[in-house]
Amino acid sequence: MKRVSIVDFGAGNLLSVLRAFKHLDAVIDLASTPEAVERSDRLVLPGVGAFGACIEGLEERGLVEPVKSFAATGRPFLGICVGMQMLFEQSEEFGNHAGLGLIPGRVERIPPTGAGGRPHKVPHIGWNALHKPPGADWQGTPLEPLPEMTSVYFVHSFAARPANPSHRLAECDYNGVALLAATQRDNICGCQFHPEKSGAAGLSLLARFLELAA
Amino acid sequence: MSNLRLIARLDVKGQHLIKGIQLEGVRKVGDPHDFAVRYYQEGADEILYMDAVASLYDRDMLLKIVERTAQDVFIPITVGGGIRSLDDALTLLRAGADKVAVNSAATLNPGLIGEIAGKFGSQCMVLQIDAKQKPTGGWEAYRDCGREHTGLDAVAWAIEGARLGAGEILLTSVDREGTRRGFDIDLIRTISDAVSIPVIASGGMGKIEHLFDAVLTAHADAVAMAHVLHYNQLSLSDVRKAAQTQGLSVRTLAQEMILV
Repeated sequence: MKRVSIVDFGAGNLLSVLRAFKHLDAVIDLASTPEAVERSDRLVLPGVGAFGACIEGLEERGLVEPVKSFAATGRPFLGICVGMQMLFEQSEEFGNHAGLGLIPGRVERIPPTGAGGRPHKVPHIGWNALHKPPGADWQGTPLEPLPEMTSVYFVHSFAARPANPSHRLAECDYNGVALLAATQRDNICGCQFHPEKSGAAGLSLLARFLELAA
Repeated sequence: MSNLRLIARLDVKGQHLIKGIQLEGVRKVGDPHDFAVRYYQEGADEILYMDAVASLYDRDMLLKIVERTAQDVFIPITVGGGIRSLDDALTLLRAGADKVAVNSAATLNPGLIGEIAGKFGSQCMVLQIDAKQKPTGGWEAYRDCGREHTGLDAVAWAIEGARLGAGEILLTSVDREGTRRGFDIDLIRTISDAVSIPVIASGGMGKIEHLFDAVLTAHADAVAMAHVLHYNQLSLSDVRKAAQTQGLSVRTLAQEMILV
């Protein structure tokens, strides 16, 4: 049986992530205390809604340092949506908020226009295809089972911009603007899209995450 | 724009999937959960449940349907009908909805839009507008399944809803709903061009050309389909293929992954 812990700080997509892992027959622990985070084999950090509110949710439960310590153990770690954005140093959503700082970079508002200068809709909602940025390698990451150009479900108004291009694991194209779709630094992976809402492709990503050696 | 989203709309009454005409004149079609699972497996991009009655007893039925569906369907699920408060929204989200669609209560208390968006995020707050043509031109928003006037101009209400924090607009033409005569193109185009949030066209799809009109002429970001799917007039894969042939960008399904 594959074990996974989901950080429980009141995130809106907690139950969706839980249901997806249940469907994959995982043994699931909801980690709402520092001890529960520390003893995890694999950790998932969910999150939807406002960045600042999510960080506060972690702070109120004293989970910021335990999550950072977990990341340093080298065990598999997956951030989803705002859970991914929180991996970075800072977000500009509703004022500036500090993130966990596990991956250098910032979270910024999606530009209001596409590459041609034509206005487009924000939030970016819907299914979009995953591209591999130059040099990105999905081997050994949760994205490994996905063919390039697989479509997954996005809903976001802000996007992360890693300081180091080698941390760009996947991108999607929004009217000519390349938005970060997934990031990886060592054992830490993050998806801007929602694997728990991306049908079979998303489930296979989560299944792969469960197979990563703890 | 992003990929066109193909949404299967399931109107439910009690424990049944129903299909009405102009939101009235109802026929039972089957078990909503089974239809939703089938549409998921056939490649729907999202599922939309709309509770047609929303009495207290039926509310429990709806919650059970949403709970069962969320265990088997791993794409976004929107639930609308009878949401009157933040608590109603929370109950549905806990049951497995990803977004809630709010109509009547928002027309009576527009502040609810901001409350839901503030608490759960704009991505979660879909403003449902049921619009009817006015004899004098333009459209009025209706509440309570198209039965009650709100006095609100549908276009102005859409703009106001977006300003208050709605993340999407589910736009149903009451005149066209269930008629299979096609979407109200002027209505959808006017609202889609007036707001910067995505608009879901709903009500009236009878053949694939109607979808082309909704997207190419009326600039809809998503299309909700009911009758054509429930009565097997079109399958989701027919719709997807036809959209691709027409040059519309839709998500591509990896064949080998469909049944994971």
